[in-house]
Amino acid sequence: MNAKRPIVAMVAICSLVFLYVPSLAVAVFSVNNARYGLVWKGFTWKWYERLFNNEAILEAALNSLLAAGISTVAATILGTALALGLDRFPWPRRLTKAMDLLVHLPVVTPDIILAAALVLTFNFLRGLSGLFDLGMTTLVLGHITFQISFVTLVVRSRLASLGRDIDEAARDLYATGSYLFLRVTLPLLAPGILAGAMLAFTLSLDDFIISFFTHGPDSVTLPIYIYSSVRRGVSPEIHALSTLVLLVTVMLVLAAERFSRFRAN
Amino acid sequence: MKDTLEPKDSETVAKTGTGPRLMNRTPDEDPGPGLVTWYGGIHRRSELYLKGSALMGPGLIWLLIFLALPTSALTLLSLAQRGDFGDIHWVWNVDNYKRLLGYGLFGWTPDHLIILGRSLWVGLLTTVACVALAYPLTFYIATRPPKLRTCLLLLLIVPFWTNVVVRTYAWMLILSPQLPPAKIAAFLGFIPEGAPLFPGSFATYIGLVSTFLPFMALPLYSSVERLNWELLEAARDLYASRWQVFTQAILPQTRPGLTVGVIVTFIPAMAMFVVTDLLGGAKYMLIGNLIQNQFGQSRDWPFGAALCLALMTLTLIGLFLYRRWGNPEGGPEKEGGKRS
Repeated sequence: MNAKRPIVAMVAICSLVFLYVPSLAVAVFSVNNARYGLVWKGFTWKWYERLFNNEAILEAALNSLLAAGISTVAATILGTALALGLDRFPWPRRLTKAMDLLVHLPVVTPDIILAAALVLTFNFLRGLSGLFDLGMTTLVLGHITFQISFVTLVVRSRLASLGRDIDEAARDLYATGSYLFLRVTLPLLAPGILAGAMLAFTLSLDDFIISFFTHGPDSVTLPIYIYSSVRRGVSPEIHALSTLVLLVTVMLVLAAERFSRFRAN
Repeated sequence: MKDTLEPKDSETVAKTGTGPRLMNRTPDEDPGPGLVTWYGGIHRRSELYLKGSALMGPGLIWLLIFLALPTSALTLLSLAQRGDFGDIHWVWNVDNYKRLLGYGLFGWTPDHLIILGRSLWVGLLTTVACVALAYPLTFYIATRPPKLRTCLLLLLIVPFWTNVVVRTYAWMLILSPQLPPAKIAAFLGFIPEGAPLFPGSFATYIGLVSTFLPFMALPLYSSVERLNWELLEAARDLYASRWQVFTQAILPQTRPGLTVGVIVTFIPAMAMFVVTDLLGGAKYMLIGNLIQNQFGQSRDWPFGAALCLALMTLTLIGLFLYRRWGNPEGGPEKEGGKRS
């Protein structure tokens, strides 16, 4: 079958090349010793060195990590509680459907509508309190809003695949309340919660549109920094920064893959 | 009382496939007024509801305040008008929608309608291109030996997670005048000597397809991986043409993955704003760029809200059309009937 399908193989390999050539080119030019132009002028690390001396970039990286960290913790707690509540209680069917719709809303709505809605909320809340001036707070609040849904979906699918037998068995053995939750449900659910948290963290680091709408001058994240400098034109520092972002992505994907294989074994 | 318990239980059973082992539970028994059999024990219904609400409360209230209410508020806002200083005048008319359809101060212009149409068209074309590339790609990966398959799959997952701004930036570099693609295009006379290949429609499509190809390919792969290859062979044995093999044997089997792929490609592609902003330029605006403009520079929130609703409508139309015409064979029931 394989040997008979050269066209399939060709299209597939071309697609992969198409996905990777631009990124590889950026990586190559990030170590090119030329300020302007794209002619090879020898190898250098100097753009990376400049990167680590650029305070704006370091601050953006810190902001990205901070926002992702805080929002992930909050969204994981809220999302896990929401998933448990949705899955483990005898709600009337209609109510379950309505709540499902609410939880799925951020997954199917285009990001930009979500961002516009958030801007609207913050503007309204700013009238009530000065806390909601665009900045780190609004950025984190915005991220939590879309993260909750994804955490809930992941944790819920884990809850569904666990089923209720084990909980029931534990109850039959007189485990109740917090003991049941901490010693039985939570350990079984932990991989799902961890997977949801990892997803939320990556989504937050990766997000551009919602951050772009809800950030303030003191809370520029890395994607926003890259975007605003790209609008001013391409430069070797941005090549270096993009390459680093890419490398971090590759490492996260490899780590996630290792983790899931470890769990499977 | 029954209706509250039975559907949920049967759902769980269907999902987990642990039906027979749960047989000893008897959810049909009515334990008494205000009581409910739950997890094999008898509970007071009100108590369960209270506990459940306490768990879900914070999350639900969060989603209501920051998601559901503001999204509905966009509808109200679209009926207001922009004041002189970017403030909001509550005038309750549909002027924003008239403006969207092209009726402005200076007569009728199709500018906004063109942007709407273009968004739909760009979304559609991107989706079609991604489907056309994703089928060979996923088939190729699925037919490799296991070790190579894992590697190739990882190659597909990395771009899925790579930041869209970084990926778009990479295309700006590749399409710049000093590198081969632009030089070849200039040699062939498509663009003037020394000009980059962006901004323009070509660069926009390249950027969009490369952004969304992993979003199409990964869900599709999950279906292709489970493909029953014997059906393909059977179709060939019965003298089906290549096209017939695809429509009769491959398409029905891969439909679940394809549906997810189309939805996660079409909707964001239509609303895209980073790629079109950096690679498309002002002449190639999509509705996403227009919305961003209203909430950014122009500070015309009411019109922006009207645009959001238009985008929402386009999304729903897209989903509807896909359901209607994207499934020529009908739903899963029909398929099942055919097989038997």
